[in-house]
Amino acid sequence: MTGWSKRVSSWGRLNADLHRWTVLGDRESVVATIRHGGLPFGNGRSYGDVCLNPGGTLWSTRGLDRFIAFDGESGVVECEAGVLLGEIIDVVLPRGWFLPVAPGTRYVTVGGAIANDVHGKGHHRTGSFGDHLLSLQLVRTDGELIECSANANADWLRATIGGLGLTGVITRARLQLRRVAGAWLDADAQPFETLDAFFALSGAATRDFEYNVAWIDCAAGGRGVFFRANHSASCDPLLPPSPRRFPLEPPISLVNRLSLRAFNAAYFRAHQIRQGRRQQDYRSFFFPLDNLLEWNRIYGPRGFFQYQSLVPPVAQLEATRAMLQEISRSRMGSFLAVLKTFGDRPAPGLLSFPAAGTTLALDFPNQGENTLALFRRLDAIVLAAGGRLYPAKDARMAPSMFAAGYPRLPEFLRFRDPGIASSLSRRLLGS
Amino acid sequence: MSCRILIIGATSAIATAVARRQAVGAARIFLVGRQGALLRALADDLRVRGAAEVDLEILDALDTAAHAAVVERAFARWDGFDQVLVAHGVLPDQTACERSVDAALAAFDINARSVLALALLLASRLEAQGSGAITLISSPAGERGRQSNYIYGAAKASVTVLAAGLRHRLASRGVRVLTILPGFVDTPMTASFAKGALWATPDRVAADIVRALEAGFGTIYTPWFWRWIMAIIRSVPERIFIRTRL
Ligand SMILES: Cc1cc2nc3c(=O)[nH]c(=O)nc-3n(C[C@H](O)[C@H](O)[C@H](O)COP(=O)(O)OP(=O)(O)OC[C@H]3O[C@@H](n4cnc5c(N)ncnc54)[C@H](O)[C@@H]3O)c2cc1C
Ligand SMILES: NC(=O)c1ccc[n+]([C@@H]2O[C@H](COP(=O)([O-])OP(=O)(O)OC[C@H]3O[C@@H](n4cnc5c(N)ncnc54)[C@H](OP(=O)(O)O)[C@@H]3O)[C@@H](O)[C@H]2O)c1
Repeated sequence: MTGWSKRVSSWGRLNADLHRWTVLGDRESVVATIRHGGLPFGNGRSYGDVCLNPGGTLWSTRGLDRFIAFDGESGVVECEAGVLLGEIIDVVLPRGWFLPVAPGTRYVTVGGAIANDVHGKGHHRTGSFGDHLLSLQLVRTDGELIECSANANADWLRATIGGLGLTGVITRARLQLRRVAGAWLDADAQPFETLDAFFALSGAATRDFEYNVAWIDCAAGGRGVFFRANHSASCDPLLPPSPRRFPLEPPISLVNRLSLRAFNAAYFRAHQIRQGRRQQDYRSFFFPLDNLLEWNRIYGPRGFFQYQSLVPPVAQLEATRAMLQEISRSRMGSFLAVLKTFGDRPAPGLLSFPAAGTTLALDFPNQGENTLALFRRLDAIVLAAGGRLYPAKDARMAPSMFAAGYPRLPEFLRFRDPGIASSLSRRLLGS
Repeated sequence: MSCRILIIGATSAIATAVARRQAVGAARIFLVGRQGALLRALADDLRVRGAAEVDLEILDALDTAAHAAVVERAFARWDGFDQVLVAHGVLPDQTACERSVDAALAAFDINARSVLALALLLASRLEAQGSGAITLISSPAGERGRQSNYIYGAAKASVTVLAAGLRHRLASRGVRVLTILPGFVDTPMTASFAKGALWATPDRVAADIVRALEAGFGTIYTPWFWRWIMAIIRSVPERIFIRTRL
């Protein structure tokens, strides 16, 4: 066996357990390397335990970072699964193309984007990442190679999109991009005072805007700022990025009740003053947090959770209101709170998270049992509303919650690779 | 016309990062390495990233008898090169080398002997051309013998002297010779090492190499602060140095 011992954390930094770490360096050697069992690991941007396998093996896919082909006419790009979404943008944007779906960070691999079927701010228009996947190659631990597309092995494609890495290792994929004129967006920001106002803004924006998302002040009921945007016709050049790094891990979380209230109030007021239209560069619109590398250290050594739920349209107003009340009463939560509505297109994967309804995502510093107790109260609201939680962000939901949120789970289980397991699969699926 | 660059040891993480930067500038890139499938995959990658043309030759650098023919074919491809990078190398297990002279010689052969053979051929080509720049990747490990990696260090010391000599020889012939001394770089060679603040990415180092190939002179430490770290390490008196654990 190859590899070496390494402590690995996911983005939430809740733990740093030893793993056997093996780098997949080239497509040809994947079959031989994964034979002994393990779990694919992309760039560790999942918050919880979906990408962790303590005591077991992780196959790092970042060595599979090569482009294979790009057709500037049709906008089809083919690459290995360890290529970062940001690298794709760097290559295709100068030629007039962009990702059809961009999550909130550029540091996500193609394989990770498929395995969690990630969504962006434009779900109501373009669906999720899997909707734009033309084909992929899956390698199983028994050595089988499966070429999947809409025409061949479509069932394997459906299982692997949102498949949490459990169906095999994705080695390469073909993706349909979308045309853009340049790197800019015509964006605007609208402060709102109540949840009803949010839903009104959201309903209207769905028609006129490709992207919409809201920041919400979890410490103050329903107020927030609604951001909406379309790709701009401008082709002005961009300034080169200069990301900074959060320099060190503070001994305790810098996010607490006082800093949170102060920050949220200041942020809200800044947008009250600055509201209105402006041109925004795609990096600051899609990836605002990428400017501060390793910002997750801000929560200190105990790490943090993200709680991301989805509730269906019939229940979205009441359930969202109830969750915000619980959170505000608990005096927990953080500055990073996001609210958005999804469109109603059918999901491409058996376990895809996005579906019609409203999703709320919030970061919480890890305060042990207090935090977990709050999550159980939120779970009850989500369950009663017929909703679900996002596995990419989860480190603690109960198996029953998972089963209730993902009715196609029994269908999915037939496609599991018996040589692959994660902390999450052991917790939620028993193996 | 676009820049023509020849890269020996092209699948090395550092060399690949250099090739990718040059591809963005629409260079013509000639790859040499020992693994055909990997080289072809890299060639596709570079084309997508913008390279004007990519070609490749398969060569095990230890096969010195094959060097001349490969260099010949590469130089014939676009009628010479503006830039040449020699990047291949291995980081041998020091303890294994202390137990087995064969293992030590094998590492020395790839890190020093094969580089010498190739560099002489390449230097003569550029000399005949009367232009171009050639870069050898050596290592700060060659600047002072240390108990933990002097076998690797001895080979890299010879590469450093070789590069300096070639620089002297070709200075009046319109050819620049650069010595690159990378510090700790996070590549497959160092994959199992614990990483700290001094570590650089291959791309960070590649940026310095590209700049050196375009207009650099002499010996380049990358990242730059290694010049000062090594100045200190070199200046420690031997009597004190031998008591350290470095
Ligand atoms: C700042 C930030 C913002 C984010 N915003 C969003 C957002 O807006 N929308 C959203 O949907 N998500 C978002 N996320 C979450 C992130 O997009 C997902 O967790 C994503 O899956 C992470 O990809 P990764 O490459 O880091 O994979 P990892 O986190 O390393 O792994 C994720 C899963 O993919 C599997 N996997 C990875 N590579 C392969 C492969 N080659 N073959 C098979 N399985 C594989 C792993 O086994 C694991 O199950 C955000 C994360 C951060 C840190
Ligand atoms: N990483 C560091 O910290 C560091 C520091 C100082 C100097 N350096 C030097 O930087 C250079 C590049 O190393 P790297 O860090 O990029 O490591 P790397 O990714 O491991 O690359 C080493 C390369 O050498 C090639 N190679 C080994 N034996 C060969 C042979 N017989 N014939 C042809 N090619 C052979 C390997 O080819 P395969 O792909 O076929 O195996 C590989 O491409 C080396 O000279 C190294 O000594 C590295």
